[in-house]
Amino acid sequence: MTTSSFIERLQVGLWKDNPGLVQMLGLCPLLAVTTSFVNGLGLGIATLIVLAFSNVLVSASKRWIRHEIRIPIYVLIIASLVTCIELIFEAWFPSLDRSLGIFIPLIVTNCAIVARAEVFASRNTVLSSLADGIGMGAGFTMLLVAVGAIRELVGQGSILSRMDLLFGGEPSPGLVLADGGWLLAILPPGAFFALAIAVAIKNALDRKKNLARRATMPRSLRQTKRTG
Amino acid sequence: MNEVIKSGMTLALIGAICAAMVATTHVLTRDRIAANEQAWLEKSLEPALGDVVFDGGVSDATLVMHPPHELPGADDALIYRVYAGAQPVAALFAVTARDGFAGSIRILLGVEYDGTVTGLRILQHRETPGLGDRIESSRSDWVFQFDARSLGDPDVDGWTIKRDGGQFDQISGASVTPRAVITAVRETLVYFEAHRDDIFSAPATRDDE
Repeated sequence: MTTSSFIERLQVGLWKDNPGLVQMLGLCPLLAVTTSFVNGLGLGIATLIVLAFSNVLVSASKRWIRHEIRIPIYVLIIASLVTCIELIFEAWFPSLDRSLGIFIPLIVTNCAIVARAEVFASRNTVLSSLADGIGMGAGFTMLLVAVGAIRELVGQGSILSRMDLLFGGEPSPGLVLADGGWLLAILPPGAFFALAIAVAIKNALDRKKNLARRATMPRSLRQTKRTG
Repeated sequence: MNEVIKSGMTLALIGAICAAMVATTHVLTRDRIAANEQAWLEKSLEPALGDVVFDGGVSDATLVMHPPHELPGADDALIYRVYAGAQPVAALFAVTARDGFAGSIRILLGVEYDGTVTGLRILQHRETPGLGDRIESSRSDWVFQFDARSLGDPDVDGWTIKRDGGQFDQISGASVTPRAVITAVRETLVYFEAHRDDIFSAPATRDDE
């Protein structure tokens, strides 16, 4: 695997096929945890680690796994990995573990992870599966952080509050821009609004890019097929 | 048939490998996690003691009260007894306030030997972020209004929010949460006043063995 194809895999996960924005996978933890920037970042990193390792393990063991039993094996691998990650968090990042609570064990149910195992890791080399896991994990983290930041900013009028949960130190209120905010953003509906905004921005940017690309094409190729 | 057995063997093998992986991680992290929990407990107890001078090892002299008990809540109530030398100086109560806005709220209340509140902290809650969660000491100074108050200051009737005719501030937009917490505090103080001598003479509960 070359460096350029490694980078390309990362780009696919981060933007083109972002698990949350495009594939719409793993939305349950995404909507539930993102009440603040730091929660989004913490869960994002934990998911990234699980995704990278599970992709590597699935890819490395693919030649011994019969097609019929692949799903139970993915579940086994992912569940054990998440248990290990949870124990490691409890041992080395106890305060973050407390803050994320039930959502670390629930990484098991994040369908983005099984989806990558099935769609990508079971058909590709270990290295490109690792790249895919990191790319998809980073893409998911980016979305969690973005949604968390929007909700925290609108809902509480602050940003980067309680970063001590991840990095230690004294509890900090973060950058307080306004006293209080629009409460709805913190409540569950706010998660849907913030996600919708993120998806809309992504689609708008993609459309702009496509239009720009079309404009530079020769006239003969510019015709596009329209259906429906 | 042969293939079924083969699949079963693969599954068993991978299951064994995964179990070994989890077991190894468990062994490697076990001591650290136990130490973290102990440290977390001690650290979370200290703020509720205010400036009381005491000896370390607060969590060694714990009383565990299984329900039914006269303290608030339907869960186990914990009482940590705090000594300076052989002299009892304060008690810490971990009790559950019922009827929060989203379920029960676990609180930690420190009470000096004479019945004065040394500090109140919220251990666990599921109140609304941005509203009820301002009972957390890191989000607002609401919990500090109880410091140095006692059952005579104000009287039992005054131990409720101002909206209900009491002496304590509510939180704007959330009255259910503070009401639940203050009720639990009042009930704990009443219990302490009635049972102080029993609390300090009872042998410690050892439920970790």
